[in-house]
Amino acid sequence: MLDTIKEFASEFFVTGDPMILGAQVSIALALVAIVFVLTFFKKWKWLWTEWLTTVDHKKIGIMYIICSILMLFRGGVDALLMRIQLAAPQVEFLHADHYNAIFTTHGVIMILFMAMPLMFGLFNIVVPLQIGARDVAFPFLNSLSFWLFFAGAMLFNVSFVIGGSPDAGWLAYPPLSELSGSPGLGQDFYIWGIQISGIGSLASGINFVVTILKMRAPGMKLMQMPMFSWSVLSSSITIMFAFPILTVTLFLLFLDRYLGAHFFTVDGGGNPMMYLNLIWMWGHPEVYIVILPAFGIFSEVVATFSKKKIFGYKSMVFALMSISFFSFFTWAHHFFTMGSGANVNAFFAVTTMIIAIPTGVKVFNWLFTMYRGKLSFPTPMLWAVAFIPCFVVGGMTGVMLSVAPADFQFHNSYFLIAHFHQVLIGGVVFGYFAGLYYWWPKMFGFKLHEGLGKWAFWFWNIGFYVCFMPQYALGLMGMTRRFNEYNFDMGWQPLNVVSTIGAFLMGIAFLFQVWQIAHSIRFLKMDKSGDNWGQGRTLEWSIPSPAPHYNFARTPQVVGQDDWWETKQRQERGEADPAHVAAAKTAPLEPIHMPKNSGIPIIMSGFWFLAGFGFVWDWKWMIVLGLGGVIVTMLARSFNYNDDYYVTVEEIERTEAAAAKGAN
Amino acid sequence: MASQHHSHEETGHTHGSLKSYIIGFVLSIVLTIIPLFAVLNDWFNRTTTIGVILVTAVLQFLVQLIFFMHIREEDKPRYNLISLIFAALLLLTIVIGSIWIMTYNKVAV
Amino acid sequence: MAQAHSNAHGHGKHDHGHHDLESLKQFGFWLFMITDVILFSTLFATFIVLRDNTAGGPIGTDLIEMNGIIISTFILLTSSFTSGLALLSMNKGDKKGLILWLAVSALLGLSFIYLEVNEFIHLVHEGAAISTSAFWSAFYTLVGTHGLHVSVGIVWMTAIIIQIAKRGITPVTKRKVNIISLYWHFLDAVWIFVFSIVYLMEVM
Repeated sequence: MLDTIKEFASEFFVTGDPMILGAQVSIALALVAIVFVLTFFKKWKWLWTEWLTTVDHKKIGIMYIICSILMLFRGGVDALLMRIQLAAPQVEFLHADHYNAIFTTHGVIMILFMAMPLMFGLFNIVVPLQIGARDVAFPFLNSLSFWLFFAGAMLFNVSFVIGGSPDAGWLAYPPLSELSGSPGLGQDFYIWGIQISGIGSLASGINFVVTILKMRAPGMKLMQMPMFSWSVLSSSITIMFAFPILTVTLFLLFLDRYLGAHFFTVDGGGNPMMYLNLIWMWGHPEVYIVILPAFGIFSEVVATFSKKKIFGYKSMVFALMSISFFSFFTWAHHFFTMGSGANVNAFFAVTTMIIAIPTGVKVFNWLFTMYRGKLSFPTPMLWAVAFIPCFVVGGMTGVMLSVAPADFQFHNSYFLIAHFHQVLIGGVVFGYFAGLYYWWPKMFGFKLHEGLGKWAFWFWNIGFYVCFMPQYALGLMGMTRRFNEYNFDMGWQPLNVVSTIGAFLMGIAFLFQVWQIAHSIRFLKMDKSGDNWGQGRTLEWSIPSPAPHYNFARTPQVVGQDDWWETKQRQERGEADPAHVAAAKTAPLEPIHMPKNSGIPIIMSGFWFLAGFGFVWDWKWMIVLGLGGVIVTMLARSFNYNDDYYVTVEEIERTEAAAAKGAN
Repeated sequence: MASQHHSHEETGHTHGSLKSYIIGFVLSIVLTIIPLFAVLNDWFNRTTTIGVILVTAVLQFLVQLIFFMHIREEDKPRYNLISLIFAALLLLTIVIGSIWIMTYNKVAV
Repeated sequence: MAQAHSNAHGHGKHDHGHHDLESLKQFGFWLFMITDVILFSTLFATFIVLRDNTAGGPIGTDLIEMNGIIISTFILLTSSFTSGLALLSMNKGDKKGLILWLAVSALLGLSFIYLEVNEFIHLVHEGAAISTSAFWSAFYTLVGTHGLHVSVGIVWMTAIIIQIAKRGITPVTKRKVNIISLYWHFLDAVWIFVFSIVYLMEVM
């Protein structure tokens, strides 16, 4: 009996590596600690009612952000491990297999489990407030999206300690990712983790498109909507059209592995290159999905801290939408070297160059916004200003890569790695950090400590250049991607050492950020007034911080662009609001229709986790249980007609009064 | 026709009359039979047959859209129509793009 | 529930903060169907690219039996029509007619699935399984995904029939019927292309 358990455990858990053992023990201890704390402080009910079953977009946003910060930690540790391995020739810090698993998990985590949830977190926190709405269009679906992401992320992460991590790269090209190349379970964890999380992403895309198109406050025409909301709209449209492609492609790979299908195998008529074609049809729009909201954040931050309307609003909107549109026509530039022929390569080279143009327009517009503005440089603005040179250089190397013949030299070298990290870190990460710092007080009612924020910023900014600029040179010197080691006589070591130092500078930056958060909570300086930066331009700054659960006691009537700024300007000039606006502000309070919390999203996602886990281990009973549970919970949702309630006028009055008191 | 003034409770595209459904049904049957006969009876050469199949398919799809899904009765702004057009564009990109890209990448059958 | 929103706003104009929840859900579902179009596009692209890859094994022309497919096609088309009749009954306030026509549509859908499962079993017996070659992998996946969608639709339709029987025709149940009938028409539209591209072009 004991022997069977031992045997099972040795195959179930990953064994034989001290680092992984350490992780397993830490996870177990952390779980015990969490259970203990919750029980000791009698917080289970609170956790369930306030967080696990919430359909409030503000709380869902916070949960997304917490998860993304944890994932940033894991992805960052992966990066540091790789940089240690590469700092010198023929280091034996990591075995080749481990190295492969680490670059795979680094990529998947950073893009899908760090950037995407941080993005959705910011969508959730900001968009309904910015457009004057009480919640997103589909609050239940919103919660489901989060829990599906969580279930998928857990599946992916658990592979480190149970079954084994995937190690075929973040996009898992066949035939390496087929059963023949990856007989272990890691690849199956990969498929199910991403697949389940992807469904959540798709649902969020739909949710935010409907929210933005249909739930804006009266008077807020589309061409008067804040730039961030426009960027969310363009990104969400891209999500809607790109994610189904990912769903299919992963499903086909799953069929190859689970049922012996021959989509991408090397025998049976399969064609591995079709996988590359399909996965990049999703993959290219995906990177635009993450960058567009960063552009939106920059527009908000630059306008706010230049005390000036964004320059060229119409062209900014047009640029966002055209980037979204064109992102669907450039995908083959990821495999110029695959042999599709000169015509194909030429076409996609040209479309890739075209897509750089609207981005250029945006950069100029940000600069023109700052020109002659009343500039100030709190942390969010630092990130915005740092983004501009960084992203522009990254974009230019992108144009270099888009020259198909040149790409035959650059492809899959460190030049490519430097390029995409530059646009992803300099663009997406800098942007999302700017947004996090900018909207943090709106979420929690206190700002993050400026001084520590500046330390973190400078370590990130300098660390980035120190880490990645040498990698362009390394690429041109011939260093190939995904090498776990290199020879003394390549001459690559000096630049690799510099690069590793840069990576650790960024690691230190992250520590500053953690310290900053802890410090700010410890020495809490609450500012519940709502206009936390004093110079907010858009509606979210017109309500208390944090916002009451129903957001707006009275639906605002919007007059034009930068409505909150204009309202304040009118007040300063002693002008009265237009009649219909004033009427809306003083109208009698009415009961507010709100959705009830629901346990179905977390439970359904739990069943999805079970189904995925069952598919990975091919435990049929678990698959049936998991999928059956999904169907049952879906039907439970369909039959539930009692999913809403009204906030009474008395409660609104109480909440508003308390907020007004807190603001003083 | 049944495009009355809808009460506040009702929403768009719930209308149609028995007549429009029957027309749609009949048209669909006709548009199914044409390519069927063309194929089973070898009426045309290969390229023309493919053309006939695709054209009748697209026409039948339009019949579904107009007579069954009432796409023309949408209020402005016509988001449903716009999103459908973009989806159609993307459909063509995905299908034709894949065929084009994979032309020289076909492996041994 | 729609009462909270009404307050006699003009109909049609969609820039109020307050929204007709039911029309919001219908729009959301339309967008979901659009994403499903992309899903099927990818499956079609895969099928077309891989359709000649039979790896020396059985070919489609040899094994496909058009008779069953023709019957299935007309069954599905008819069920699309009957779901329209269900909608007409609903708009007239005829609860019995609504349930009747929904049930007919679901039963026709069930027959469609029965025929399709039979077809698959026959094909497997003839030596064409999903693992036989790339062509058959693509065939089963494209046709099977459509079948899966139909099956989900049948379960869903049944759930709605039960809800209508219990609660009658309300703004909420109306929205649900609108949505499922949209879904049902969409599945027939997809089948048009499956029928054309997979079956007709194979036996051409």
